[in-house]
Amino acid sequence: MRFLKKSYLGLIFLFLYAPILILIIFSFNASKSRGAWGGFTLDWYRQLFQDDALLTSLYNTIVIAIVASIVATLLGTIAAIGIYRMKGFRKSFMINLTYLPILNPDIVTAISFMLLLIYLKIPRGMLSLLLAHITFCLPFVIISVLPKLRQLDPQIYDAALDLGATPKRAYFSVILPQILPGIFAGFLLAFTMSIDDFVISYFTTGNGVSNLSISIYSMARRGINPKINAVLTILFVGILALMFFINRRVNTNSSKKERGNV
Amino acid sequence: MAEEIIRLVNIAKEFHGVQVLDHINLQIFRNEFVTLLGPSGCGKTTTLRIIGGFESPSSGDLLFEGERINEVPSFKRRVNTVFQNYALFPHLNVFENIAFGLRISKLNNKQIARKVTEALELVNLRGYEKRGIHSLSGGQQQRVAIARAVVNEPEVLLLDEPLAALDLKLRKEMQIELKNIQKRLGITFIFVTHDQEEALTMSDTIVVMKDGRIQQIGQPIDIYNEPKNMFVADFIGASTILPGRFIQDFHVFFADRAFDCVDKGFAPQEEVDVVIRPEDVKLVAPEDGMLQGVVTSVVFKGVHYEMLVESGDIVWKVHSTLMEPVGSNVGMVILPNDIHVMKKVAS
Ligand SMILES: Nc1ncnc2c1ncn2[C@@H]1O[C@H](COP(=O)(O)OP(=O)(O)OP(=O)(O)O)[C@@H](O)[C@H]1O
Ligand SMILES: [Mg+2]
Repeated sequence: MRFLKKSYLGLIFLFLYAPILILIIFSFNASKSRGAWGGFTLDWYRQLFQDDALLTSLYNTIVIAIVASIVATLLGTIAAIGIYRMKGFRKSFMINLTYLPILNPDIVTAISFMLLLIYLKIPRGMLSLLLAHITFCLPFVIISVLPKLRQLDPQIYDAALDLGATPKRAYFSVILPQILPGIFAGFLLAFTMSIDDFVISYFTTGNGVSNLSISIYSMARRGINPKINAVLTILFVGILALMFFINRRVNTNSSKKERGNV
Repeated sequence: MAEEIIRLVNIAKEFHGVQVLDHINLQIFRNEFVTLLGPSGCGKTTTLRIIGGFESPSSGDLLFEGERINEVPSFKRRVNTVFQNYALFPHLNVFENIAFGLRISKLNNKQIARKVTEALELVNLRGYEKRGIHSLSGGQQQRVAIARAVVNEPEVLLLDEPLAALDLKLRKEMQIELKNIQKRLGITFIFVTHDQEEALTMSDTIVVMKDGRIQQIGQPIDIYNEPKNMFVADFIGASTILPGRFIQDFHVFFADRAFDCVDKGFAPQEEVDVVIRPEDVKLVAPEDGMLQGVVTSVVFKGVHYEMLVESGDIVWKVHSTLMEPVGSNVGMVILPNDIHVMKKVAS
């Protein structure tokens, strides 16, 4: 019983991380078999860096994630401020309108996007992919920023105007610094959502433009190549590094606050 | 007398069809300490927000030095505000909070440092420059809010119940401090409170409000001694207020007998309210009194005793430095000068 108590957390983490661990280990496996260990090798990484198609799709994934999350963060923050300043029915209507795309199954969103692109005669490729990603990231930014705005003391904005700030200046120097954590959280959420996406990307791209998930999907139909393990390991390590970076930032920020002089 | 700085002309304000301010007319002079006094929800904050430019009146004119400023946005008005909950900027330290307005007016760093230091001196907070807002006590935050407003040298300072969140002792100290600051700076203060004692001790002029209407404007002494109606009398002090009937000039009937008074101009037999302050009821021996009663309660109030005297079905509040024990029979005398006859108002 006591053993179970102690190992409970350990078991959970084992289940969570075992698949990723296997993935990482097998990216160094010399045998092409998916089940047996055939010794250590860096061959797959070498092959990966010669596979232009796979590298291009990794590059696409990252570029789209960065551009889409930045654009979505800008638009979403402005939208959140707009919603925050609305009143009554209009406000709750807009909030529900924001939640709907989040709850909507990806496949519905994806097919609708595809139909819209065809209807508007927008050629499918990088641009359409980017537009789709910006659109589905937008609600995540709004729902991250809105709570921060609600926590604001409404008198703070008045106080800035009172001291001579124009409305624009009041937003930049008083409101923005206080909702920044929400904006940052929204950006990260948008970024991971974009990297994560397969279904919507699959239906909105074309002309040979593909991101990582699409490439892997088409490769996997021909059998899993250990190159895939290698590229996914790189992606995982990249995300891990990003997380450490963010944690360090958050920690230094909060310890500054505790000392009382931000 | 003094020079007018702000005037409200027939200012009305509606929120969703509900009349919150009902044609307010108010003249405010340079260097005056004006207090808006009234119960919760009577429209004090709304009046202040209209003067500050955070709310625009539904009708009427707001004049600043004789010029209409209805359409002037708040960031262009020469008025600064100390908000009800201070509204300090939590992401800035004390220095930067106070410097906020100065940075907007593009002063150089040396001028800013000098002015902030002066402002901190004014509110007794030197050495607090680098402190975060959340590390300050309520009283200190309040002083930062005052410093942040006065450092911009406004001609008028608006203060919305700035002392409401402080405990009694600190409150008394800050009342004196605020009054000193006002005298030293020589600027107009428009101060909001619902505490009548605070209003009486601090103000040059008190504006008593109720339900969006001004009930009376006057110096504290006048408001205290000559309340215009029963609401003001009731709100300003703990008077005894009785229903009465006017007999003829200088004669009024209440508490089952006729009294001499100094009031005139009411119609014979007109229903009136009679206000008598507790310190104006003199206790004497029963046989010497105009009214007789029994003491039912005694509370020592520091300087005087507050006693309740029951006489017929009326309970009189009496203040006296001499104590009569509970249960003793007493007589009461009220001089004509101390009887305030007022028009009855539908409340
Ligand atoms: N933005 C608003 N929308 C709707 N009604 C409002 C608004 N602001 C104030 N009111 C209403 O106007 C009336 C007067 O409010 P105000 O804040 O001026 O009162 P107050 O005298 O300052 O009261 P308190 O002493 O409680 O602060 C209240 O009935 C209030 O509900
Ligand atoms: Mg108020």
